Amino acid sequence: MHRSEKVWLLLSFGMIIGFMLITGYQAFALGMGPPSHEERIDPQKVDETAPFDRPGITKIGENEYEVVMTLQIFSFTPNQIEVPAGSTVHFTLTSKDVVHGFQVADTNINAMVMPGYVQKISQKFEKPGEYLVLCNEYCGAGHQMMATTITVK
Amino acid sequence: MGIATEKLNVDRRDGRLVMAHFYVAFIALAVGGLAGLLQVLVRSGKFELPLGIGYYQVLTVHGVVLGLVLTTFFIMGFQIAAVSRTSGTLTNKQRVIGWIGFWLMTAGTIMAAVMILLNEATVLYTFYAPLQAHAIYYLGLTFVVVGSWFDGAAIILAYSKWRKAHPGTPSPLLTFMAVVNTLMWIVATIGVATTVLFQLLPWSLGLVDRVDVLLSRTLFWYFGHPLVYFWLLPAYMCWYAIIPKIIGGKIFSDSLARLSFILFLLFSIPVGFHHQLTEPGIDPAWKFLQVVLTFLVIIPSLMTAFSLFATFESFGRSRGARGLFGWVRELPWGDARFSVPFIGMLSFIPAGAGGIINASHQMNQVVHNTIWVTGHFHLTLATAVILTFFGISYWLVPHLTGRKLTKAMNKLAIIQGVLWAIGMTFMSGAMHAAGLLGAPRRSSFSEYGGAPQAAEWIPYQIAQAVGGSILFLAIILMLYIFINLAFFAPKGEQDFPVGEVADEAEKAPMVFENWKLWLGITVVLILFAYTIPLIDMIENAPIGSKGYKLW
Ligand SMILES: [Cu+2]
Ligand SMILES: [Cu+2]
Repeated sequence: MHRSEKVWLLLSFGMIIGFMLITGYQAFALGMGPPSHEERIDPQKVDETAPFDRPGITKIGENEYEVVMTLQIFSFTPNQIEVPAGSTVHFTLTSKDVVHGFQVADTNINAMVMPGYVQKISQKFEKPGEYLVLCNEYCGAGHQMMATTITVK
Repeated sequence: MGIATEKLNVDRRDGRLVMAHFYVAFIALAVGGLAGLLQVLVRSGKFELPLGIGYYQVLTVHGVVLGLVLTTFFIMGFQIAAVSRTSGTLTNKQRVIGWIGFWLMTAGTIMAAVMILLNEATVLYTFYAPLQAHAIYYLGLTFVVVGSWFDGAAIILAYSKWRKAHPGTPSPLLTFMAVVNTLMWIVATIGVATTVLFQLLPWSLGLVDRVDVLLSRTLFWYFGHPLVYFWLLPAYMCWYAIIPKIIGGKIFSDSLARLSFILFLLFSIPVGFHHQLTEPGIDPAWKFLQVVLTFLVIIPSLMTAFSLFATFESFGRSRGARGLFGWVRELPWGDARFSVPFIGMLSFIPAGAGGIINASHQMNQVVHNTIWVTGHFHLTLATAVILTFFGISYWLVPHLTGRKLTKAMNKLAIIQGVLWAIGMTFMSGAMHAAGLLGAPRRSSFSEYGGAPQAAEWIPYQIAQAVGGSILFLAIILMLYIFINLAFFAPKGEQDFPVGEVADEAEKAPMVFENWKLWLGITVVLILFAYTIPLIDMIENAPIGSKGYKLW
């Protein structure tokens, strides 16, 4: 093996091990891992199952809110959410029909919402403004209309 | 190489089988390219589809026809040609198996295409349940996969025949590589075949009421990631083993090439969760484990990059080039067989970097299902891979049809490659940028109720339309070149270049062809990465979903 080949391989391995350590540390020590909630639900009985029988926003602490939301073609319930700037919002989500995506532009909120599963994701909203919430998984003819907003005041 | 059975030309009968595959592949390019053009135009917001055709219907055409049909037909055709060229003409039995494969794949393609055109299958090429397409669509895709297994069987049988006739000798490099890619394809397609045959077909036929959504997605992505390596490895075959001959140099190291292909076989499959990182129902520890395995697939790609540039540099220096980059000038830039795939190689640098970002666990949340991802695989598949396939076509098509690539066609081919690079820079660049701002993939034009964030994406969508239109021109040029090489170019002998190894004394260790060992490790890795999460998924499955037809 050429010397330059050895150097290249060493650098490659070093770089990749670095990536693994950093992502692993962030995911598990800092709790930044991607949304992976593991609760199940009957997708046809969402409306009768707590907490989705009462979708909406609840204040659960100082600057902390819980949003219980259902996704269905081609809308989010509730829509038009309002929170004060600096609040942390915990979303609890499920789908009543097909697979949808839950993405909030300009934030790291990005989660798949699948029928049969409850998904959870949290985000602190620092900057005031209107945040666009949209479905980013193809769900049918009206997919591009599936959107709402979160207003941070 | 001095192997007695080696023929310098692909036999005419094998050539016809390969060309049959190529005809379908290039028809797919025409149809899929047109669909792509319509998509970027719609998404610019300045154009609407006529006759009630839906955006998502066109998107389904684009994905199925380019992602599955063009690739599978071209790759199987190319691999059959490579095996026939380096390990000898196929036997009649092997060729018949190849033809059965071709007709099964073609029948399947027609079935799927008819269902898409009837708007019975607007579920995109990933067909995520519980969106439910017509059963004939699923059946058609099954035929495509099963047909590709027949093609694969012809390749494996030809290899075994050579293997038996040459004990103790490493098989020809191109044959070896075709066999690795075929084995990987067979192991990978078991996943998609399982979800289609046992979940989606019975469900779409009404035999069962409900489908397990997460299981079907997991089986799909067990297939979906190695699918991208199935596209990439034939390009690597060209880069490792053909390009050196074209430039007049040597293969840097035969063993390094084989090692990297074996690593792809091992690590391409147990990594599908990196497409499901933001999904519920999968244990985070298992997601991360597959992320680690994904990172390991980067190694053979970095080895490939090293090997290629080492080939280029040693060739340039052998011609007397001096200085750090003097060798660059020695490369045959005027030869489309080299320069067009070279554009592909260059695009793989940002493409690979983007891929690492996508696979980086929590960082995936920033880009998942945004149009960044579309920009990414238009650099990998739709530039690195496809420009290499075009580069192969420039000599392989005339080789098989007994014609020659003329100077004029060579020039046109280079223009085609440059046009592609320009169009893709606009389109893919704008996709990456818009994706970072949050623009979703797979969405028709939408102003999202006048949201200011969505308004920021529109200039990028116009740039995508500009780039996409340039790409469509390049496709027309490519089709023109293909038709010329297949039917009109002057008769003659066009060489099928096969590289020679730099160090003739170096013999690849036979352990590379110990398939029991490599397939054994492949299976162990797959079982390791998938068994526990799959059991968990099935045991704790929620009640399944009914089918929806929402288009
Ligand atoms: Cu949706
Ligand atoms: Cu992947």
